[in-house]
Amino acid sequence: MIEFQQVNKKYDDGFQALTDINLTIKKGELTAFIGPSGCGKSTTMKHINRLISPTSGRIFIDGKDISEYHPVELRRNIGYVIQNVGLFPHMTIAKNIAIVPQMKNWDKAKIDARVTELLKLVNLDPDTYRDRYPSELSGGQQQRVGVARALAADPDIILMDEPFSALDPITREQLQEELVRLQEDVHKTIVFVTHDMDEAIKIADTIVLMKDGQIVQSGSPEAILRRPANDFVRSFIGQKRIHTNDKDTNAIENEDDSLSMTTVDEVMVTQPATTSPNRGLAEAIKIMEARKVDSLFVVDKNRTLLGIVSIYRVLNSYGDESLTVKDVMKPIGYQVEPGTPLPIAVEQMTNHRLTNLAVVDDNGRLVGLITRGSIVKHLNEVYPAMIERFAWSLGEEA
Amino acid sequence: MDSYQWSLADLFSYMSRNSDLLWEHFLSHLYMVVSGVGLAIVLGIPLGVLCTRHEKLAKVILGITSILQVIPSLALLVLLMLVLGLGSKTVIVGLLFYSLNPIVRNTYIGLKQVDASYIEAGRGIGMSPFQLLVKVRFPLSLPYIISGLRIAAVIAIGVVTIAPLVGGEGLGREIYAGINNQNPLRIYAGAIPAALIAIVADLVLGYFQRKLNFADRKSSPSTS
Repeated sequence: MIEFQQVNKKYDDGFQALTDINLTIKKGELTAFIGPSGCGKSTTMKHINRLISPTSGRIFIDGKDISEYHPVELRRNIGYVIQNVGLFPHMTIAKNIAIVPQMKNWDKAKIDARVTELLKLVNLDPDTYRDRYPSELSGGQQQRVGVARALAADPDIILMDEPFSALDPITREQLQEELVRLQEDVHKTIVFVTHDMDEAIKIADTIVLMKDGQIVQSGSPEAILRRPANDFVRSFIGQKRIHTNDKDTNAIENEDDSLSMTTVDEVMVTQPATTSPNRGLAEAIKIMEARKVDSLFVVDKNRTLLGIVSIYRVLNSYGDESLTVKDVMKPIGYQVEPGTPLPIAVEQMTNHRLTNLAVVDDNGRLVGLITRGSIVKHLNEVYPAMIERFAWSLGEEA
Repeated sequence: MDSYQWSLADLFSYMSRNSDLLWEHFLSHLYMVVSGVGLAIVLGIPLGVLCTRHEKLAKVILGITSILQVIPSLALLVLLMLVLGLGSKTVIVGLLFYSLNPIVRNTYIGLKQVDASYIEAGRGIGMSPFQLLVKVRFPLSLPYIISGLRIAAVIAIGVVTIAPLVGGEGLGREIYAGINNQNPLRIYAGAIPAALIAIVADLVLGYFQRKLNFADRKSSPSTS
């Protein structure tokens, strides 16, 4: 168990990096520190192995104040993985992994056996890789070795500082899964710094969200997703807020009006299926088929909206090869301007039994399309926030 | 005295007739270079390390070594002679002063250019500052240090030819004897081996400089 008590860090230049950090990291759990860059998540983690010392406050590992340990001794008992891997380029993979056991004076046979065991654990063939140099490995393989090195002397605690963020998405996902599986075997206390919420949700038992050197919220991923503490957390977990206004202050002031303030711009599909007026009818059918729609908006090269053509009209006139879409299109009956509140658009669609509604700007250009699908999608995105707001306002009144 | 016509064959015959003496000059030439540069390594590398620890001190140390290097070689040797007297000892100290600048400077730059992520990884896994220096920073700065050594060696081999002026030995003896006797054979017999030492030293150290570049080390040894 790692415990932070009232930890503050202020740099010589006056920058307050951490403010009143109180935190308990449970034994055998993977705790993810997350937040935007500069929020102090790495700084907090580096306090654990004394790479950084607090200005005030104390940190305990299993009840013992870490300032009582010699920093070098402390670090040898805490695994450490960094973003840039930091494998030493002049040492073979085996030697890189063996560094900490060597510093701890293990005998050679024990070290060799441990290196083999660890390479297998991180899914690298020991015979192939032990005598290679880091530059001969891919980024993902290097970071596997980085993890193996951190595990080498079997420490109880492992610190990982954005270990997968420099990897390509596929490799990253693979390593995240491997880490989860590995953790099921080894049950270490892992502190994992990341700026990727998806990553944190995937691997962490506990998430600690930080901002401006303070802990904003901590808890299980489920708890944070269900009950985000504030707008910052909400935006961080990717939940769309129901306000139209992105400026926080306005949004909070207008909170009561926020639902009615949602505009068509947030909901519309920005790339509706279109065709130019001079296309033949067969071509129009082909486009509909490709985009899986039953009607196309006819726009000229400036994207000025000229009309709409449905599959029925095209098929009715299909026999005449000389016709183009402009001959069969129908003028647009209803349209809205960008910035129109969503309820007004919905009302129009309901009143006139429209399946979709074009959003057209002052110059007559088509900028987007409201469809039933896009409204459902939007509701789905804001729903969790609405539920939470709803529950909150109920609580307020009760 | 008129200069006479001579051929390459004359040079070879002169050199073979005097091979014992020339060999002795050659060895003492090498001895002075190796001692001077060797002392510069022993003194310069720790100074380079010290520079990385204290930036203010670095300015002072690098300033002094630069000044030492710009003093004309003859002047430096004569000044040293006033203190240390005639002989090879004076030459060796002179070479030490000359070689110090490239070695200290390149050690300092080499240690500073080591990627911060290696340093962080080293500290993070519990290396002491000394282990970090010996196991990580030093090996990763070797190409720079050897490059400094290469510059120092080539300069030293050149400077050491004026050793006879302050009572030193070496191939310079043969060159000055040739000048005094107006005997081009003796000048060449001294100058050609001296030049060869410089070229060989440059090639050998250049080879090591490339060879010891660990930053992208491969398991299959490559010769390039």
